[in-house]
Amino acid sequence: MLGTLGRHDIEELFQVIPPPVRLRKPLQLPPGLSEPEVLESLGQLAARNTAARGFRSFLGAGAYTHFAPAHIDALISRSEFFTSYTPYQPEVAQGTLQAIFEFQTMICQLTGMDVANASLYDGSTAMAEAVLMALRITGRKRIVVAGSVHPHYRDVTRTYTRNLGIEIDTAGYDTGSGQLKAEGFSLDGTTAALVVQSPNFLGGVEDLAAWSLAAHDQGALLIVVVAEPMSLALLRSPGDCGADIVVGEGQSFGIPVSYGGPYVGLFATREKYVRQMPGRLVGQAFDGQGRRGFVLTLSTREQHIRREKATSNICTNQGLFALMATIYLATMGPAGLREVAEQNWQKTAYLAGRLEGSRDAGLRFSGPFFNELVIRLRRPLPSLLARAHAEEMLAGLPLGDYYPELEDCLLTCVTEVHTRADLDQLAEVILRS
Amino acid sequence: MDGLAGMPELSEVDVVRHFTRLSTWNYGVDTGMYPLGSCTMKYNPKINEVVARIAGFAHQHPLAPAEASQGSLLVLKLFEEALCEITGMTACSLQPAAGAQGELTGMMMIRARLEERGNPRRRVLIPDSAHGTNPASAALCGYEVVTVGSNERGLVDLDGLRRAAREDAAALMLTNPNTLGLFEEQIEEIVRIVHDAGGFVYMDGANMNALVGIARPGDMGIDVMHINVHKTLSTPHGGGGPGAGPVLVSAELEPFLPVPRIVRVADDRLEASVDAPRSVGRVRAFFGNFGVIVRGLAYVAANGPEGLREIAETAVLNANYLAERLGETYDIPYRGAFMHEVVFSDKWQRACGVTNADIAKRLIDYGFHPPTMSFPLIVPGALMVEPTESNGREELDIFVDAMKSIDREARENPSILTGAPHLTRIGRLDEVAAARRPVLRWKPET
Repeated sequence: MLGTLGRHDIEELFQVIPPPVRLRKPLQLPPGLSEPEVLESLGQLAARNTAARGFRSFLGAGAYTHFAPAHIDALISRSEFFTSYTPYQPEVAQGTLQAIFEFQTMICQLTGMDVANASLYDGSTAMAEAVLMALRITGRKRIVVAGSVHPHYRDVTRTYTRNLGIEIDTAGYDTGSGQLKAEGFSLDGTTAALVVQSPNFLGGVEDLAAWSLAAHDQGALLIVVVAEPMSLALLRSPGDCGADIVVGEGQSFGIPVSYGGPYVGLFATREKYVRQMPGRLVGQAFDGQGRRGFVLTLSTREQHIRREKATSNICTNQGLFALMATIYLATMGPAGLREVAEQNWQKTAYLAGRLEGSRDAGLRFSGPFFNELVIRLRRPLPSLLARAHAEEMLAGLPLGDYYPELEDCLLTCVTEVHTRADLDQLAEVILRS
Repeated sequence: MDGLAGMPELSEVDVVRHFTRLSTWNYGVDTGMYPLGSCTMKYNPKINEVVARIAGFAHQHPLAPAEASQGSLLVLKLFEEALCEITGMTACSLQPAAGAQGELTGMMMIRARLEERGNPRRRVLIPDSAHGTNPASAALCGYEVVTVGSNERGLVDLDGLRRAAREDAAALMLTNPNTLGLFEEQIEEIVRIVHDAGGFVYMDGANMNALVGIARPGDMGIDVMHINVHKTLSTPHGGGGPGAGPVLVSAELEPFLPVPRIVRVADDRLEASVDAPRSVGRVRAFFGNFGVIVRGLAYVAANGPEGLREIAETAVLNANYLAERLGETYDIPYRGAFMHEVVFSDKWQRACGVTNADIAKRLIDYGFHPPTMSFPLIVPGALMVEPTESNGREELDIFVDAMKSIDREARENPSILTGAPHLTRIGRLDEVAAARRPVLRWKPET
């Protein structure tokens, strides 16, 4: 091949690179490994995650351990799915495109909204994009965010908006119920949006319909964040409650927790706002012979056409992980989803019941919950966590780093994967510690 | 109508057959050559898929205590260090979920540093050959975009850059090699001009596949860059994600990296630290796209320094080979020493009434994925071809034969092209009608 080019040495192809910036020594990296060596070496690293195998984890807080049927992984391992790129050429990407259309449809059904996009990076960035969209729609400069929205999500929104000259106010939670508190903040004619998470980071289910009225009274949008979308199978949908934008994290739908990613960001809104949406959208189209297919559409919103005037700088979606969620939802169906959601709630209620009447531990908040509880402990948290660890359990997330006033509290998540024996054992540890 | 009631009720085998059927309507890297320019559609090694699914990685909760997460933290640290070595940069954050988010993060860091110096400045300079995410990312940081022209060779016009690099210029966003597949030979002078004006140079590392082991942005004076793990480091594109877009910086910008930072504490223990007062903040929940990062680390480990350099050499050789063999059949508006890709145009075929889209669609009938056509904007009728290292000479020759055959068809029977593709399930879809009355979801018939 070099001969075809009239060259003798591969080096000649790089002569345009100025000598001072040419790398003249090998990269200082370990020598290449054979396949069994790669497996061995990475396997050793994985083994240092001492709590990933055998442990029962009661951690939630934005990453949920649910059961994923085996065929999801089998299907996404079809290399026609995972080795393809963004479907720019619809004639050879109908598989990806139709799957996204199905994803958009099911996200609309779950959230009660009119339109959903092809997905964003994750729940946290979806929330930031929703805030940017609300600023565009209303032309206002102030956002009110519930303090019970996932702390990481709030951080990401603050990062995304730091150069846009806007004001972000935080609304506190009611120390009794754990729900968003009406006092202490105001919605007014300068407010672009109220952002509420339900179930919130403290496990509490919010009264979205009431917050929708309050926001709309001032011409502000209601953005609903759903970090645990399994709850959508049991609770009244955010769309039905009057949400203008619903964003969320789709990880619960068949995607492993995988140390925090990749996940899949959900984004849905009202029909009238579709041209203000960020991200990829798939729509129905027909060919010259009237055959139905799917294409990327409304791309005049996007960076490759609009450049600096685009609705977002986002380029792709989380295709393969949106596909995982689609397969999960199609498999579970309405009855399966409701059953999983009910199991989550019932098992969580069972744990709450086990703690009832104890002097040593109890629920911190009185409001309705789905699958997470804030448990207050009388005795120091570290000893409880150590004891749970000794029994191969991760009992939950200590909340002090996020909410200093809750430093004696643990956020514990119960899902369908936990057995009664698991819950009894956890309750024992909590009550004994 | 909405609510769970509208969702499908299917048996497992129905679901499996449905999605298996959908998969057969797709074309992937495993199907055949996928020369989509600037996307680096290289082979995705299967061992990486196995590694990412090891239970210790896949089932590790991101909020598990650090002492139980040393494996994941070490994966992050090792990958950060490998990327620093590959790029010659000082420090790295693996938080950004994609290239576009890496860009955004990088531009935020530049702005934060300039604010600290007392003036964030107003403008960001972007060459006219750049990818559309560059201006969109700059705008999201509150900057006005100034386009810098290219010279007749397709490289940054230095005089234009000198005029634009005024005291209100915060940064230049440069893709190197650029989207024409050309190395910016004047890189040292470009960097000097921007630095002398008090600005920073951001490098879009989308095209790093040409440079690994060959040259390092850090040695060129680049201040901040991102690298696309899903391009250069072989992780699958997944039909449009997930990717990962780690951001790398010079020492001056290190304090501004997003949190959490992975830090070594006593006894070589690793921790995720949010104690970074000058940081731009968090750009994503948890730790970035960890599952993608594990795959990237496996790729680096498997190839080692020599394998990585050979990959770059082969990718560049392949692009030059295609330019040489097709350069008399298809116009190449900017000829030069190509790096990872070559941009042809449809100029010589237009006279026959066919466009780059027709050529691309006809390639599908020959069994290939089409090249990129939507940019660079400076080439009308562009056909941007990036063969990557993952095609041997035989495959490249078959591609050359197909392109030559299509050129003959354009002259003899152009309707074959304008009606292409002929061998797919469906023909060209009416995208204009689809956008005029968008149908974005299924609804039950009423």
